[in-house]
Amino acid sequence: MRAGRWGRAGLHAGGRRIHDGSPGAKGLARAAASARLAHMARYLALRFLSLALSLAVASVVIFAVIQGVPGDPAAFMLGLNAAPETVAALRAELGLEGGLGQRYIAWVAGMATGDFGISYTYRVPVSELVADRLAVSLPLAAYALILSTALALPAGMLAAARRGGPVDWGIIGATQLGIAVPNFWFAMLLVVLFAITWPVFSAGGFPGWEAGLFAGLKALTLPAVALALPQAAILARVMRSALIETLQADYIRTARAKGLSEGAAIRRHAFRNALIPVLTILGLQFSFLLAGAIIIENVFFLPGLGRLIFQGITARDLIVVQSVTMLLVFAVILVTFLVDLAYAAVDPRLRKRG
Amino acid sequence: MISVEGLSVDIGAQPILRDVSFALERGRVLGLVGESGSGKSMTALSVMRLLPRGARASGRVTLEGRDLGTLTERQMCDVRGREVAMIFQEPMTALNPVQTIGDQVAETLLVHGVAGRAEAMARAKDRLARVGLSPDRFPLSRYPFELSGGQRQRVCIALAVALRPKLLIADEPTTALDVTTQAQILSLVRELVAEEGMACLFITHDLGVVAEMADEIAVMQAGRIVERTVPAALPGGLRHPYARSLFAAAAHVPARKAAPPGAPLLEVESAVRDYILPRRRLFGPAPRFRAVDGVSLTVRAGECVALVGESGSGKSTLARASLGLDALQGGAIRLGGEAVSPAMRPDLRRRMQVVFQDPYGSFNPRHRVARLVSEPFHLGGRPADSEARVAEALEEVGLSAADAAKFPHEFSGGQRQRIAIARALVTRPDLIVLDEAVSALDVSVRARILDLLADLQARHGLAYLFITHDLTVVRAIADRVLVMKAGRIVEEGATARVFAAPSHAYTRELLDAAPLLPAA
Amino acid sequence: MRAPVSLVLGAALTGVFALAALVSLVWTPADVTALAVGERLRPPGAGTLLGTDQLGRDMASMLMAGARTSIAVALVAVGIGMGAGVPLGLWAAARRGGLVDEVLMRANDLIFAFPALVIAILITAVFGPSAVNAILAIGIFNIPVFARVARGAALTVWSAEFILAARCAGKAAARISVEHVLPNIANLLVVQGTIQFSLGILAEAGLSYVGLGAQPPTPSWGRMLAEAQTFFYSAPHLAVLPGLAIVLTVLGLNLMGDGLRDLLDPRLRRAVR
Repeated sequence: MRAGRWGRAGLHAGGRRIHDGSPGAKGLARAAASARLAHMARYLALRFLSLALSLAVASVVIFAVIQGVPGDPAAFMLGLNAAPETVAALRAELGLEGGLGQRYIAWVAGMATGDFGISYTYRVPVSELVADRLAVSLPLAAYALILSTALALPAGMLAAARRGGPVDWGIIGATQLGIAVPNFWFAMLLVVLFAITWPVFSAGGFPGWEAGLFAGLKALTLPAVALALPQAAILARVMRSALIETLQADYIRTARAKGLSEGAAIRRHAFRNALIPVLTILGLQFSFLLAGAIIIENVFFLPGLGRLIFQGITARDLIVVQSVTMLLVFAVILVTFLVDLAYAAVDPRLRKRG
Repeated sequence: MISVEGLSVDIGAQPILRDVSFALERGRVLGLVGESGSGKSMTALSVMRLLPRGARASGRVTLEGRDLGTLTERQMCDVRGREVAMIFQEPMTALNPVQTIGDQVAETLLVHGVAGRAEAMARAKDRLARVGLSPDRFPLSRYPFELSGGQRQRVCIALAVALRPKLLIADEPTTALDVTTQAQILSLVRELVAEEGMACLFITHDLGVVAEMADEIAVMQAGRIVERTVPAALPGGLRHPYARSLFAAAAHVPARKAAPPGAPLLEVESAVRDYILPRRRLFGPAPRFRAVDGVSLTVRAGECVALVGESGSGKSTLARASLGLDALQGGAIRLGGEAVSPAMRPDLRRRMQVVFQDPYGSFNPRHRVARLVSEPFHLGGRPADSEARVAEALEEVGLSAADAAKFPHEFSGGQRQRIAIARALVTRPDLIVLDEAVSALDVSVRARILDLLADLQARHGLAYLFITHDLTVVRAIADRVLVMKAGRIVEEGATARVFAAPSHAYTRELLDAAPLLPAA
Repeated sequence: MRAPVSLVLGAALTGVFALAALVSLVWTPADVTALAVGERLRPPGAGTLLGTDQLGRDMASMLMAGARTSIAVALVAVGIGMGAGVPLGLWAAARRGGLVDEVLMRANDLIFAFPALVIAILITAVFGPSAVNAILAIGIFNIPVFARVARGAALTVWSAEFILAARCAGKAAARISVEHVLPNIANLLVVQGTIQFSLGILAEAGLSYVGLGAQPPTPSWGRMLAEAQTFFYSAPHLAVLPGLAIVLTVLGLNLMGDGLRDLLDPRLRRAVR
């Protein structure tokens, strides 16, 4: 929230200089600022509490589900003919001994210190696997999010400003189609068009960042587009309807009565208010992007977290599945938390009253 | 200075305004008065050229010789806010919730390029101080949600008059406010008009307000101005029959005989009602707000008692507790000697019914009138003659038995309020709680509903607990009045006595603030 | 009241696929379990309407049977979501601000925090891939959606004065919820239902594309796409046709949802009248 507050202070620097005039005003302004800080602290504390609670419950659920899987991973890994002692030794090595509660605590404590356990199949720490895969998945999600936002917000604003006209109809039609297209099918079409018919991009695989930033981004471009377009369609629709709704608000009429043109009223008053529902959707979309990435990574053979989960499932490498799922849930909950903070930056009512 | 000639507006095939003409000089206030849908606001929006999409206007609006109709939209933007400014009805929503009040006032200056940012903020502070928001209590960095309705309306006025416009249009600026706040805002507008030499087009549905505010009055009906007059000529000097009936309805007092006081029916004894507020600290007790603070009152059989107070005084909270909808935190409520609570017996509940304010929200839109009116039969079982009883109740409130088969949306606001009264009557109660039951109605409809209530009371010996903020209504129908402020009853007495010689300072303030019509 | 164009168009599109699914129960042009390797990878029009796939099965028949799988999975998942979510939402609204409300809404937030597909994959991974588990995985994530929509809409209804009138008539919260609240939020639930239906079709396609949906020999659009990937060059119709089927079904449902909203939204209706 610091960043947000300073950002606003910068914006309003002109205003702040002025009411430093009288000493009384200064004192009151200081009192108001400290009250604001207290509200802010409360808001933060509440959000943080809910973040911690969500994480705790999520970890229990994931642990319970995974532990419910029938079969002994150690026996599965060693094959049918393994000696019982070997299996027992492996069980100990994998941390499969002990009661449920004990194993849960060990798992959570390990995760907190960055120890995600040891992969049953790869025989390397899961954290190493995850770090490698994150280097693909995270840039992919960010790339897609940037693409979809950059496309959707202007399109939504344009449609709202021209509502009822041919431009609006065109954008609505495009978004209807965008929502209906499964992203993996869209990905297949992209491959045919841009990797086979006009070979601008490669059909899949990832050269690694050591091949250079440009090569890496190029490999991620088709997957990111495939991920981004359906999301952009949803986002553009939300932006459009949020703007149209705020355009009917009384304060827009006030702004017009002041002498603002329609465009200026949209830019200066409607946009920021319309951003509140858009933020909600952006937060939710991160979760969709992560999930969508699982499938898209499979289409493009990208070595990301999604592929890792899949490989884990097929190889019954449960510790990998358990830890990566937890990591994804953690990311989503963290983003929800960040969205809550962003709300506070946009909406002073949350900042001051909590 | 400004003149409107032959203004007509149509939306689709629907005529909205017909041949509206008026002229206005600097320093004068023209009051535009009429019932809902008469075209008052559309007149204002036509002058601003801010009509809704799809509206077509014809006629001429000239400001100091300039025909506003011939200006481009760009030029019109220059006129709005600089030469013609406007304030609206709903101060709660008229300000951008995510911008400080200083920014919003300064924006008027910035948009018109008359000042740089620092200069604009300085002048915004100045204007806010002028409308009564002094910079030490209301720094420019305040957000609208930190202000009350009256304070927000002051901000709206400050941003409207920031550039000293020639014409200020005020569209029902005090309708959403309490009477004491209304009185302050009205005198502020009058002062500004005099000081700045503005012309003011003042739109209201409240005949008392217009009589106090305006130098001239124009009465609108169905998109036309049907009468022009001056306050001094009210009400005798009115010629048009609609205008005469409008003013007669506003002053209407239903004919009632003062009932001999019966036995105590509803008894409230030191009632306390707390609301739990959101916690301020993360752990620690949730703070409470005491909405009703040790209130005692008695309503006798056959009596009409008015409970009057401004918003937030706790009167509606008290009404809900009296109906047994919410539990008390202290004290007791009894109906005919038996305890009232959310768990009370159905046949006790049957003796007490209610009519609410909103004629649109009080009915499930999916049910027919027969089902709506018979809903209270849920208390103590549906009688064998329920259909006949519904028909009887409908006829008693001036509707027909055939209306039972219709849906609520097929009725007007006044008719719906009659259906609500029929629903309250159907269990043959002893007491009806009327929670702002006539507040949302136009004056002529209100007069007829008050007549109906008086008539029903005489026929059935009903007792009414009339909850309202409107002193005119109190004077018209109540035997006794209780004045409520901040959860307590500050004054109680016979209506005539309280109006003639109020003993509590707050009652005097209320009475002084209430705009009253010149007596006939 | 005139039906909006989008409703007519959407209902027509959805109707075509629903009809195909229904007809496939009793008749398909060819047997979808009959393999005819000699007839494989025929392009559309050559002897069969829409060609044959890599195992020589008739594409038109496969698409019809695939529609049945998709629609059945999504429909049952919507049923699960509505059946559990709506009562929960109504309950929370009736006890607004209370413990029940608080617990239900926090639980809701929590389920929203899970990346839906990840959990769906987890469920099918643990319990084995099958159409039933796909239904469960999708259905569970429909519950909080319906609970939230029902609660939000119900809260608006609860604040109406006719609810106070019903309480003055001595009616209990449960009775009011069924008699007054539910009919007044039914519109919104129907609209949300079509949206979740279309999302369910997409989710089912995604799950079966990665092999976690209906198992062979039950035909499914998502798996048809997965299998078509290797033949993209030689037989593009194998990838294009199931994709189009998904797009058109989802598009139809979305259009229908939009149209229903326009038709049922009382605010808009009042404006028209």
